[in-house]
Amino acid sequence: MTEQTFTESDRTDGIEPDMVTADHAPPSEAPTSGTQPMNMIQALNSALHVKMAEDPNVLSFGEDAGFFGGVFRVTDQLQQKHGLTRSFDAPISECGIVAAAIGMGAYGLRPVVEIQFADYIYPAYDQIVSEAAKLRYRSAGMFTAPITVRSPYGGGIFGGQTHSQSPESLFTHIAGLKVVIPSNPYDAKGLLTAAIEDDDPVIFFEPKRLYNGPFDGWHKNPVSPWKTQDLAQVPTGKYTLPIGKARIMREGSDVTILCYGTMVWVSLAGAEHAGVDAEVIDLRTLVPLDIETIEASVKKTGRCVIVHEAPKTSGFGGELSALVQERCFYHLEAPIARVTGWDTPYPHAFEWEYFPGPERVAEALKSVMTGGR
Amino acid sequence: MTQHKNAQPLSLRVPEPSGRPGDTPDFSHLKLDAPGAVDRPPVGSTPYDMRDHAFRLIRVLDDAGVAVGPWNPRLDAETLRKGLKAMILTRAFDDRMHRAHRQGKTSFYMKCTGEEAIAVAQGMILSREDMGFPTYRQQGLLIARGYPLVDMMNQIYSNAEDPIKGRQLPIMYSSRDYGFFTISGNLGTQVPQAVGWAMASAYKGDDKIAISWIGDGATAEGDFHNALTFASVYRAPVILNIVNNQWAISSFQGIAGGLETTFASKAIGYGLPALRVDGNDFLAVWAATQWAEERARSNQGATVIELFTYRGAPHSTSDDPSRYRPGDEHEKWPLGDPIARLKQHLIALGEWSDEQHSEAEAEAVAQVRAAGKESEAIGTLGQSRPSVKTMFEEVFATEDWRLIEQRREVGV
Ligand SMILES: Cc1ncc(C[n+]2csc(CCOP(=O)(O)OP(=O)(O)O)c2C)c(N)n1
Repeated sequence: MTEQTFTESDRTDGIEPDMVTADHAPPSEAPTSGTQPMNMIQALNSALHVKMAEDPNVLSFGEDAGFFGGVFRVTDQLQQKHGLTRSFDAPISECGIVAAAIGMGAYGLRPVVEIQFADYIYPAYDQIVSEAAKLRYRSAGMFTAPITVRSPYGGGIFGGQTHSQSPESLFTHIAGLKVVIPSNPYDAKGLLTAAIEDDDPVIFFEPKRLYNGPFDGWHKNPVSPWKTQDLAQVPTGKYTLPIGKARIMREGSDVTILCYGTMVWVSLAGAEHAGVDAEVIDLRTLVPLDIETIEASVKKTGRCVIVHEAPKTSGFGGELSALVQERCFYHLEAPIARVTGWDTPYPHAFEWEYFPGPERVAEALKSVMTGGR
Repeated sequence: MTQHKNAQPLSLRVPEPSGRPGDTPDFSHLKLDAPGAVDRPPVGSTPYDMRDHAFRLIRVLDDAGVAVGPWNPRLDAETLRKGLKAMILTRAFDDRMHRAHRQGKTSFYMKCTGEEAIAVAQGMILSREDMGFPTYRQQGLLIARGYPLVDMMNQIYSNAEDPIKGRQLPIMYSSRDYGFFTISGNLGTQVPQAVGWAMASAYKGDDKIAISWIGDGATAEGDFHNALTFASVYRAPVILNIVNNQWAISSFQGIAGGLETTFASKAIGYGLPALRVDGNDFLAVWAATQWAEERARSNQGATVIELFTYRGAPHSTSDDPSRYRPGDEHEKWPLGDPIARLKQHLIALGEWSDEQHSEAEAEAVAQVRAAGKESEAIGTLGQSRPSVKTMFEEVFATEDWRLIEQRREVGV
């Protein structure tokens, strides 16, 4: 099986391990140089293997993250390869996991912790926002928490309310946190490596819908395997991508689409569907934000559509929209449009009505194209 | 469907303390072991074999000030005097800073009156390389270690020399060099962090241990229980203190779950050893901490210590305890005052006198006054402060464009 689809039978809490098919298993003995096709899970796994081999201060833990390698297998073989005290299982205590990581970070380690689903990050919220985010500031630099909190996030997997949320704006609002969301294997490895090396706490959200391949948002289409994508050619050795630099996924002249995570692929499909020459910008990092790339693009195209999965109200799209308005108002030829999830809890049975798809992106594109003067 | 009927209607219990304002203080419910009565288990004991210690009370000093029993740490007179002086200095510092608040020189202050033995003894035992994860009532730790009083005051006044740049409430100190982790205003968060820090030391094969403190009230926070789980599971080299000073602002310790069992006994369910100690007995605190230290350093993991004491002062400068507890309850505390008891002990040993004590008190007041002058010359709250530019610093390791733009907007 090379393609992954999600069907009625997947609609249980037990879907996670099945998301990884046999041929998506991590590469066994990766050569030290050269590139290799990888899916996002393998790329993230490779980042952890490479970093842990390089730096004994890096360790990884989380619920089921040790022996079993995590329910999505992102931490697969870390324990077997790097030892029990480098990669281990943690109690089901998200607060404890993050708090312990903070203490370790303050000691001088670089822990990478896994919150099994972003939906379970709330029990750790206080430790993240009141502690990790604030240590450097409140101690005038005496204590820091260089931790990475990894978590699969987002919808499109029939995960119901508690396996589908996109809580990024709850963290972008907090001073002292960096928020990174990759959309492809190449970026995932480079950004995770950079996150681990970053001296500040990084919230690293992994779009689980993209773990096994890009997804165009047409729910009848299967996830296409990464195999055919350039972005799946991942160096087996170490490399980093700068945190705070967006990627222009598609150059265009009519309208700028700002997106991240799964919505990058949905936006590309939406632009094609609408037949609009859109410039698609994968933000990759929400904090720090690559404002220069955004500004230059919107000034060039004169139009802006923002796409994210999270609910609309107080979502990160509101911030993007305000920034574009502040900086590009006199260049805008149409009101900024937002395509987002609805302001409801994530509904299991209405996934495809909820999840922003390419039709909605196409509609927004058409409206900004005709909404001009 | 079956009807389930009770003989009596159900009723809700809300725990109440033994006395309220106007009542005579009543401590008759306390079961206090006699000094010397509790045995000292071997440091390697299993938590199972020493369950009793979670319910007893370890005491060393008797009513005549004589050190008795197996927990007597047999400290030399020099160490005892050093501890006593640090306690006296802590109390003098508290008094002056409390007054400074009344004089409008700072926004807030919190005293540790009656609890001085805890932070002072423990601060003396552990090295500065070990990390303390304190609450706002362990100022004695910094003082016992000789941290400059003027720096503490500069922090309290948020003045231009505030070592943490006016960013925290007064009393929320931070000093890596003195083994004092940055204090959080969110109760309980430091305890699982201390466990993580200790895990890191163990992971690295180092020899540092961590020590944390939490109030009786805050043990009800989930963080505390998460910490016990992690400490137990990973056998972290950490000492987890619970300072049971009977009150959490206006709520007595029964509201946090101290009525049905002791706080120390919470350790039992986690498989951790627990010691319950007279927190007003410098020697008992010392001995129990040493026991826990030895356990941690010999890789046998964490110990929970309940330090049984009484918060003599108001919770903070914003609090008036006469509105929720008998006014003279503190004076009636059956375990006395930690300074008076250590003083009595040293005098009984022939190593101290009333005159020496008065001198030490006068010296402490003079020392605090001198530091006060120096700090007030730099400025009290609002008179001087760090550059506003620093407000935008250290949010991240490097400033990003938002902070640079916002700093320019402020014009700095
Ligand atoms: C998470 C949190 N909730 C509430 C408060 C407000 N608060 C500050 S101190 C305090 C009482 C704490 O009592 P205790 O833990 O017994 O410590 P003590 O003050 O007696 O030393 C409360 C409720 C807080 N700081 N943090």
